[in-house]
Amino acid sequence: MRKWLAPVAVVLVLPGAAGAQLGGGASVEKGKELYAEHCLSCHGPDGSGVTSTSQPTGALGVHGLGPGLRGVGALAADFYLTTGYMPLRNPHNQPRHTQSPFSEQEIASLVAYVASLGKGPAIPTPQPKHSQISRGLQLFTEHCAGCHQVVAEGGYVPNAVAPPLHRATAVQIAEAVRVGPYLMPKFGERQIADDELNAIVAYVEWAKHPDDRGGWNLGRIGPVPEGLVTWLMAAVVLIGVCLAIGRRAHT
Amino acid sequence: MNALKRWAIAAGVLFVGRKRRRPLVAEPERIIEAGQPDPRAEWLVLALLVGAACAAAGFIVVYAFNHLEHQTQYLGLALGLAFALLGAALGVIGKRLVDDEEHEEEYSPPRYPEAEEEIAQLVRESGDRLTRKRLLLAGGATAVGALGAALVVPVLSLGPFLDTDPFYETPWRRGRRLVDEAGKPFLLDEIETETFYTAYADGASKEQLGSPLVVVRFEPSQLHLPGQRRDWAPGGVVAYSKICTHAGCAVALYRKPTFPPVEPAPALVCPCHYSTFDPTRGGDVIFGPAGRPLPQLPLYVDPRGELRAGGNFSGPVGPSWWGVRTRKPSTGPGT
Repeated sequence: MRKWLAPVAVVLVLPGAAGAQLGGGASVEKGKELYAEHCLSCHGPDGSGVTSTSQPTGALGVHGLGPGLRGVGALAADFYLTTGYMPLRNPHNQPRHTQSPFSEQEIASLVAYVASLGKGPAIPTPQPKHSQISRGLQLFTEHCAGCHQVVAEGGYVPNAVAPPLHRATAVQIAEAVRVGPYLMPKFGERQIADDELNAIVAYVEWAKHPDDRGGWNLGRIGPVPEGLVTWLMAAVVLIGVCLAIGRRAHT
Repeated sequence: MNALKRWAIAAGVLFVGRKRRRPLVAEPERIIEAGQPDPRAEWLVLALLVGAACAAAGFIVVYAFNHLEHQTQYLGLALGLAFALLGAALGVIGKRLVDDEEHEEEYSPPRYPEAEEEIAQLVRESGDRLTRKRLLLAGGATAVGALGAALVVPVLSLGPFLDTDPFYETPWRRGRRLVDEAGKPFLLDEIETETFYTAYADGASKEQLGSPLVVVRFEPSQLHLPGQRRDWAPGGVVAYSKICTHAGCAVALYRKPTFPPVEPAPALVCPCHYSTFDPTRGGDVIFGPAGRPLPQLPLYVDPRGELRAGGNFSGPVGPSWWGVRTRKPSTGPGT
């Protein structure tokens, strides 16, 4: 009996609550429509998830396989949709940062719908303004640089690409730390407290435009390209100059 | 009076010889053909030198402006230009103003063959008193060899060779609590899945090789630990040494699958050489250069819900060296 009552309660409560929060024409109902059209084939009806390919595959031949979305909250939905990680064409691919096919309003509707599926974390509001960049560098080095490289240029880890963070907004960085997209571990407040997260966001924002003291930044990936430039370019030029000087004037 | 006389003589000599020149010493015959002066090249050299001076002065000017944008680049440009112009000036001098020719000269034949032969004979005969040349040679070789060994032996300090016991010692024994960096104990209920924690032995130095752990949690059904380790993971929480068994780096990466059907299995990864360990199967190596599994630490939960060690590691902690497989870790003295 209770199982039957729960969805009824959700339907009764949610439109009022969500409708009050959302502006600009976004709504849970609109989100549900979009969900049915773009997400359902992999994430299942009402965010129940699809864990076996024996279930019917979705529209457009998409081989539906996707985790359940109940309780992931607005935080995860906002991250995956604003980064363009979702919708994912092939569920076996690593999601990459792309332009989202949805408008801002559509994303807001979808986020509201996913948030309505279960109790989950809200979209964070990082405040990096008053955080120390040096503290952020220290924390970033400790927790993030192992994969994302020290000025967030990205890198490679077994079975995945650690993306560069230059396109990520402050909110997306804060969300990614809490969600742990794809193979990245998530970090709770026990590991990275909110004020530490603010410092990390401040550092990543700074790392988008670091002051390259040396001029040519060579991709900012460390001493290897710098050495290559020295040996392959400077050394070649020097040898050429030496040959030009050493050539006999009158022969 | 005398002085006056000298002045007079000097004046007379000057007067007599005033128009007569000292006969010139004949100039030696030229070796290098007389070349034409090249005023244009000289002017060019001068211009280059002035340019170098200006560039160097420019360096000083740029240096004086403290808040100039791209100051480093301008400094480098000025200094580089100064050196380049100076080098160009020297190059022009060498190529256009100084004649160069190559001369060859043959070795002269030995001038004193008898004396040279005598010296060789002296050297030969001076060693005649040595009757045991071989023995002395062997002695010399021994001395040089021993000296070489003395120079090489300090290499032993680079690694454990004779006293390796401290490398097998860890601070872990049954009952020791797991604490975080701030010394706060870990409660079982705090440990979440899909993330990882770094833990240390309560009361032991964090610097000790055997102390740091990486702690991860799974659904108990996901774990496939070896038979004798079935009760090492209360609530699906497993702990491994954080020191990679390949080269001793910190195992700082955790590959977390959100959705196992389409994502690769969970793994602990060392960022140095990508040694990859499977935390669900007792730390087995699944990729990379590591030669043996990550040592696992047995865990249990005390009545207060805190995580504690159930004993010592399953194998020696830290990078591999010879003999590492033959011994069990020991609990260090005084820990």
